[in-house]
Amino acid sequence: MQRKLLRGSLALPALLIGSWAQAGWQLNMPRGVTDISHQVYDLHMLTLWVCVVIGVLVFGVMFYSMYKHRKSKGAVSADFHESTKVELAWTLIPAAVIFGIGVKATYVLADMYNVDDAEMTVEVVGYQWRWRYRYLSDDPDTEVTFFSNMATDWDEINNLVDKNPNYLLDVDEPMVLPTGTKVRFILTSADVIHSWWVPALAVKKDAVPGIANEAWTIINEPGTYRGQCTELCGKDHGFMPVVVEAVTPEEFDAWLAVKQDEARQMAELTGRDWSMAELMERGQSVYNTSCASCHQVDGSGNAPTFPALRGSDYVRGDIDDVIDIILNGKRGSMMPAFRDQLSEVDTAAVTTYIRNAWGNNVGDMVTPVDILDIKAGQ
Amino acid sequence: MTTATHDHDHDHDHHGPAKGITRWLYTTNHKDIGTMYLWFSFAMFLLGGTFAMVIRAELFQPGLQLVSPEFFNQMTTMHGLVMVFGAVMPAFVGLANWMIPMMIGAPDMALPRMNNLSFWILPFAFALLVSTLFMEGGGPNFGWTFYAPLSTTYAPPSTTYFIFAVHIMGASSIMGAINIVATILNMRAPGMTMMKMPLFVWTWLITSYLLIAVMPVLAGVVTMMLFDIHFATSFFDAAGGGSPILFQHLFWFFGHPEVYIMILPAFGIVSAIIPAFARKPLFGYSSMVYATASIAFLSFIVWGHHMFTVGIPFLGQAFFMWSTMLIAVPTGVKVFNWVTTMFRGSMTFETPMLFALAFVVLFTIGGFSGLMLAVAPVDFQYHDTYFVVAHFHYVLVPGAVFSIMAAVYYWLPKWSGRMYNETMGKVHFWLSFVGVNILFFPQHFLGLAGMPRRIPDYALQFTNFNMISSVGGFLFGLSQLLFLYIVVHTVVAGKKAPAKPWDGAEGLEWTVDSPAPYHTFSTPPKIN
Repeated sequence: MQRKLLRGSLALPALLIGSWAQAGWQLNMPRGVTDISHQVYDLHMLTLWVCVVIGVLVFGVMFYSMYKHRKSKGAVSADFHESTKVELAWTLIPAAVIFGIGVKATYVLADMYNVDDAEMTVEVVGYQWRWRYRYLSDDPDTEVTFFSNMATDWDEINNLVDKNPNYLLDVDEPMVLPTGTKVRFILTSADVIHSWWVPALAVKKDAVPGIANEAWTIINEPGTYRGQCTELCGKDHGFMPVVVEAVTPEEFDAWLAVKQDEARQMAELTGRDWSMAELMERGQSVYNTSCASCHQVDGSGNAPTFPALRGSDYVRGDIDDVIDIILNGKRGSMMPAFRDQLSEVDTAAVTTYIRNAWGNNVGDMVTPVDILDIKAGQ
Repeated sequence: MTTATHDHDHDHDHHGPAKGITRWLYTTNHKDIGTMYLWFSFAMFLLGGTFAMVIRAELFQPGLQLVSPEFFNQMTTMHGLVMVFGAVMPAFVGLANWMIPMMIGAPDMALPRMNNLSFWILPFAFALLVSTLFMEGGGPNFGWTFYAPLSTTYAPPSTTYFIFAVHIMGASSIMGAINIVATILNMRAPGMTMMKMPLFVWTWLITSYLLIAVMPVLAGVVTMMLFDIHFATSFFDAAGGGSPILFQHLFWFFGHPEVYIMILPAFGIVSAIIPAFARKPLFGYSSMVYATASIAFLSFIVWGHHMFTVGIPFLGQAFFMWSTMLIAVPTGVKVFNWVTTMFRGSMTFETPMLFALAFVVLFTIGGFSGLMLAVAPVDFQYHDTYFVVAHFHYVLVPGAVFSIMAAVYYWLPKWSGRMYNETMGKVHFWLSFVGVNILFFPQHFLGLAGMPRRIPDYALQFTNFNMISSVGGFLFGLSQLLFLYIVVHTVVAGKKAPAKPWDGAEGLEWTVDSPAPYHTFSTPPKIN
């Protein structure tokens, strides 16, 4: 027992030193990888040091008085209690210091607001609880659109398995951007307010429904930069990371070409014949990514907010009603509209899956082309 | 106590309180109402604190351990609402009720029946609010700032109860504020000119005007939510032509003055306590008054700094940045005045003074981070991170809450006629002081390193400081049970206190007996 305790007490400092090495003790803002983020960092340090100097002076006088002018040391109180000159001095001097910071900050701010001459534009749309990225292009056929979902396994969150180093900060598909290129972001939201933040870029802008906000960046160094949603957006606010992968312009072009190819393939995928087994297999993965956080992996739901799908008369009832609720959501409930979030293939797959999984066994299926027809008809 | 013998003689004897529960239900006495406000706010402080303990326990390590994300969001929301509207504001109103009439030589508040009403609707408001936690779909889960459309289209059904609770709290605050203004402007003893009033009275006068100006805006904004939810309007719904940004402008037009409502009376308290224990008059009395008024004025034109990331145009952004930075000037004047009051004084360090000194240092640290947050381009990095959480907790906990504790220790002998135990008071202070810093200082680091606020779970690099912060939180939370014990012990079994237990204290409240008689200054005192 004693040996165990001893080992424990030895292990604790080792653990702390170990986590120190893993940068678990980061104290300050990262300097980032853009010119703007460097300016922001410098401004942050300037203001911090101004505060430190003022603090040392003010608290210095205060602690000096507390030490020197105490009754127990026989201090007798003076009687002065007014001085216009002194009041004026400590009004004007801080005002001048603040003016200095303000001027510098106004220049940086103006820079951040200047979105002119952007070389490319990415639209960022917030959803509960994922991001959709669209690479705008003059030719609609080559427009690349995809969703970026948190890739952390819920088993990690629920402490069932070990957490990987990028716990909560991993996505299934990051936003890929070229370095040295002025990228403009247009931000909006499909439901509630979200906020898109990448600390290393010093870019944070709210995604507000009905409003298109703008921001921009030029990334200097290739790398993977991680951030999170920073505006409370409901249940899974803590689980919608932002990952930006900066690559060289050549690598970016190659990536974009692949994505454009995928988009074309997706169109073909929608048109081809699907078997029940294929739909079920795809449906399960769609379900686990898009539905399971509320309705649970086994379809048991989380009453009363998130109804069970397993054994549900609604899910096993009229298929058109099921598709409608998936496409358009349910007003007055937490169920969002998945019309833009899921492709026709994924909508067909997940509908088929929930009607046949967990013993629901309705036995029917719906094809991507059916979904396309329903969407066109609405 | 003396009333017991005169009990049969009601027509004749107006000097004592009624007996039993009716004393408290029907009372129009400013001291009784003040006492009820203070006990109510302490109960809410413990309730809001319990919610905070749930938050800190869940954040002790990464992963979800104790509560679901839905419930976590309800905890952060309720913690904020209960602390702001239930703990801090009623505590200051309680202090105002007790002290303002005694400080200006008035027999009571100007509108005693309204005083009774403004207190007694509060328990109902909070019963309504807290009951939502037990309703289907849970309580409010959209943060104490309740941004639309999360709080309208996407809100749980209980939101309607939340709206009515806020309405009632607002009505209570407005009535309280009107009462304070009427009392200060009409009921001062002869010779008590405005520029002779204690600073606590001045700061409350200015606070009351802030309340009267902004509480109706809050009432308006929750009413618009009510209409959006139930009557198909679209004030805040983009799909119907409204704007979620409108909500934020309205909310923060209320919200920013609101944060000064929670700090100006604290300035008044500290301005009474520091001179008393430095045995030296307050330095720069008139500049203190002007600084308070300037801060109050500025509070109306800075609301946009809460919205730096929503996409306001460049000029708006620059305006809000400059106006916000300007606030540092009058606030600095106040801090300099307090420090100069101590300079060449003859200081002792009883519990009220310890809390007041901690207030000066820790509030100033909160002010520094406030200045940093004002710098708009850098705010993009701080906004909605733990840096902001650290900032406003520094100004609210070791700021507003410490000032309230200082006030309780300072005036408790006057209220109860008994002295608290100085050793226990100091133990409470040091536990709170150490606890609050362990709790909130590491949150600066978490925010700068990139941890967003209002998340139930976090990435692994934030583990260490969250653990430390939680330990500080439990220490601070438990210390407040000691505070409860000290106050109860004083009231029940404290040593008898003299009329003026602090040799350096100034003010009319020390000219009456301890405990203060049920009615004071029925004949106005003479002020020279």
